[in-house]
Amino acid sequence: MASSPASAASEEEAVKAAKVLMVGAGGIGCELLKTLALSGFRDIHIIDLDTIEVSNLNRQFLFRQSHVGQSKAHVARDAVLKFRPNINITSYHANVKDAQFNVEFFKQFNVVLNGLDNLDARRHVNRLCLAAEVPLVESGTTGFLGQVTVHVKGKTECYECQPKPVPKSYPVCTITSTPSKFVHCIVWAKELLFAKMFGDKNQDNDLNVRSNESGTSKSDVFERNADEDLDQYARRIYDHVFGYNIEVALENEETWKNRRRPNPIYIRDTLPEEAIRQNGSSRDINNEQEEPSAMVSLGLRNPQEIWSLADNSRVFLEALKLFFEKREKEIGNLVFDKDDQLAVEFVTTAANIRASSFGIPLHSLFEAKGVAGNIVHAVATTNAIIAGLIVIEAIKVLHGDYKKYRMTYCLEHPSRKMLLMPIEPFEPNKSCYVCSETPLLLEVNTKTTKLREVIEKIIKSKLGMNLPLVMIGSTLVFEDGEGLEEDEAANYALNLEKVLAELPAPVVNDTKLTVEDFQQELSCSINIKHRDEFDEEKEPDGMVLSGWSAPVEKQVTSNGGNQSVASSSGADYADGIVEDISTKPGMKRKLDEVLELENCDASSSAQVVEDDDDDDLVMLDENPKLAKKKRLQ
Amino acid sequence: MGGGGGAEEELTAQETALYDRQIRVWGVDAQKRLSKAHVLVCGMNGTTTEFCKNIVLAGVGSLSLMDDHLVTEDDLNANFLIPHDESIYGGRSRAEVCCESLKDFNPMVRVAVEKGDPSLIDGEFLDKFDIIVVSCASIKTKLLINDNCRKRSKHIAFYAIECKDSCGEIFVDLQNHSYVQKVGGEPKPKELAYPSLQEAISVPWKNLPRKTTKLYFAMRVLENYESSEGRNACEASLSDLPAVLALRKDMCDKMSLSESQIPTALLERLLAAGKKQHPPVCAILGGILGQEVIKSISGKGDPIKNFFYYDAADGKGIAEDIPPLSSD
Repeated sequence: MASSPASAASEEEAVKAAKVLMVGAGGIGCELLKTLALSGFRDIHIIDLDTIEVSNLNRQFLFRQSHVGQSKAHVARDAVLKFRPNINITSYHANVKDAQFNVEFFKQFNVVLNGLDNLDARRHVNRLCLAAEVPLVESGTTGFLGQVTVHVKGKTECYECQPKPVPKSYPVCTITSTPSKFVHCIVWAKELLFAKMFGDKNQDNDLNVRSNESGTSKSDVFERNADEDLDQYARRIYDHVFGYNIEVALENEETWKNRRRPNPIYIRDTLPEEAIRQNGSSRDINNEQEEPSAMVSLGLRNPQEIWSLADNSRVFLEALKLFFEKREKEIGNLVFDKDDQLAVEFVTTAANIRASSFGIPLHSLFEAKGVAGNIVHAVATTNAIIAGLIVIEAIKVLHGDYKKYRMTYCLEHPSRKMLLMPIEPFEPNKSCYVCSETPLLLEVNTKTTKLREVIEKIIKSKLGMNLPLVMIGSTLVFEDGEGLEEDEAANYALNLEKVLAELPAPVVNDTKLTVEDFQQELSCSINIKHRDEFDEEKEPDGMVLSGWSAPVEKQVTSNGGNQSVASSSGADYADGIVEDISTKPGMKRKLDEVLELENCDASSSAQVVEDDDDDDLVMLDENPKLAKKKRLQ
Repeated sequence: MGGGGGAEEELTAQETALYDRQIRVWGVDAQKRLSKAHVLVCGMNGTTTEFCKNIVLAGVGSLSLMDDHLVTEDDLNANFLIPHDESIYGGRSRAEVCCESLKDFNPMVRVAVEKGDPSLIDGEFLDKFDIIVVSCASIKTKLLINDNCRKRSKHIAFYAIECKDSCGEIFVDLQNHSYVQKVGGEPKPKELAYPSLQEAISVPWKNLPRKTTKLYFAMRVLENYESSEGRNACEASLSDLPAVLALRKDMCDKMSLSESQIPTALLERLLAAGKKQHPPVCAILGGILGQEVIKSISGKGDPIKNFFYYDAADGKGIAEDIPPLSSD
């Protein structure tokens, strides 16, 4: 590629002989598979668990309308073999977290290339690559922004050396009582109302379900009475959630001292003419073969338009009724899905009616769908550029040119004339619990905290382990996964419910836990520090883990409340797409440092080296701000 | 700039569903403008193939391909639009074979073949298009087309793009371009005046800032050499190195530039590539060009003024403004 013809020839050989694993056949994946095949790669394995959707077709160019519903990995393979019939592509329609993709599986590859859309899978692949000692090229895009990074054990930082953003969450009271932004209304509509109406009835839900309205003795007003007319039921729900519940909230004067008071909204006010109309379904029968849609059956065509409160109310009632009429069997099992038109209509209109109560501007269905579905913007061009950059780094990795590895950022506006900005990779973070052996510290009340809580809240949720094993000294107290003997499993189940100090090997102050995940081949030590009390607001887990790079919320809301509602349960990004890099702390930190260079003197501690060879690039000299980060030498 | 307004018709439900993710990037108005834009690409190679894929997916109104050369085995190298099957491509032009594959990518875009010689296009023919992209052509042909575009009363954006293995160059001429720039979330109208290709390549070198990318100079030397030999772009090879070095000396002397600004190793690298294209570099250049064309049609976002360079050796993708505003 670069440099002398001799080195070009050996690069070509390295490419021909390489066996590569691609994880993800979405936005970046399609481009990457094509570019790898054209670049002379002959043995490519590709894993993706997704199937093709219409909204993929604007950029995942290996897919056509006729492929909708089929496996991305298989269709991508077949499409590339059409223009490169003589190479080997092995496709897996499967989850990369499946047990078959263990360390042994990873070891067969010379390099792993990620085109993933979620943090969880990225962390998992990072750990397997570290364990298998296979270099990883990681990537992500959002709109016109993107980045490619290289992770080689012992040489560069691993994917988890820097904190990663997690989906934003909001305090419960903001969602249930005092929304101030449209997104709060969306979270309420999706996580509370939609879940209450159509989801699992056994899930906790913070919606007020009681009513003291005349004639209702039931404990849960969301229950439909046996003989209740659907139309009447829909209006009763409307009045309860948008009217009655607001009236109840208004009674708490304290809440509204420094806030605008919301207006209760009742159906008789928003749709007076329909309130008079007789009960009973008078609507036309929807086209049976098509997906039911409330906006279509009401003759609303434009999802970009902001509907009036009356139109929102009509669509809301209609959507609710359509769920009961056309999709009754699914009620009780539904989870919000951005590709479910009726669910999007229900959530959009519910959020808009609530927004209207609280004096928050209303939004179109198109916009609301983006917020509710956490849809990441995506275009073909950025994915194509990023895939090209991945292949360039992959070739360097195969050729062993580790001094030439670069992290590259794709920018929307030139910075120091650059739209594509290469930066030298950083050294491993010595305190990273994933790629170093530094122990973690867990402060916990060992007399009141159960093992189950430590496993759920710390080991699985924070450390991202899949199938953990917990040892105290040489005593195994817990193991997850299949293949356990019955008595072992029973024993572990008992341990789960015990407090730490009462485990077979007691956990007290200064005890050291060893936690392992065999699939990820990740092992780390946790030193325990006993503490009696925790601040319920600031330390809601009742435990504090330190010595690790904690994920950082994109934007932290702090107005009271010690619980929070995740804005994106089942976080579903677009495809092939990374976290929003503009708000990604690690990325931002580095970029800020680089971009700062524009405005500071050459005398400052960070400097740009422009030598007279072809090889000038941005270099960040050691610098107090960079703390322990050093350039890779 | 895609003929101004055009918010009268709504997008169809099919368009909204297909283009959902990108409408979230550039908005409904930009999508409508795209669907009314007509693009002509002269010269089908790895880079323009990437570009064509990108704008067909984005949903331009129409794309016309001009390249009468018959497909040969060389063309298969960096081109994913040509099936590896001589019974399909044998005896057919690059434009025909590529057109057939591209049609499949997006049923809402009209893709067609324009037969003819790019060095002869002018006049009313040009008025059919809003965007013209030229590749694998001599500098003479590029200058001629650029000049003819500028003579039309209709606004026609002109782009020239070449890839030489690990390096690439894009030239942009949007003439007088008005667009909307976002400053702190606030839309602000802005105007840019572009120089012609002739003006951009005949700037006295001593007027250019010292940090101007070496690729700019290297590409001028090669283009001059190819033109003096009567060849198309990328038709020189390593055996031409001595003659190219002589020309470098000649040009540097005339322009008072140190020869070290055009390293021999760089020229060697560019010549060694010959016609061979490096697919990852094609993807990067074709991606940047796609983005630029979308910006110019939609009138949204800062377009590159007026050169873009990428070199895989240092990994930088650089925008250069030549001649710089301060000179002259």
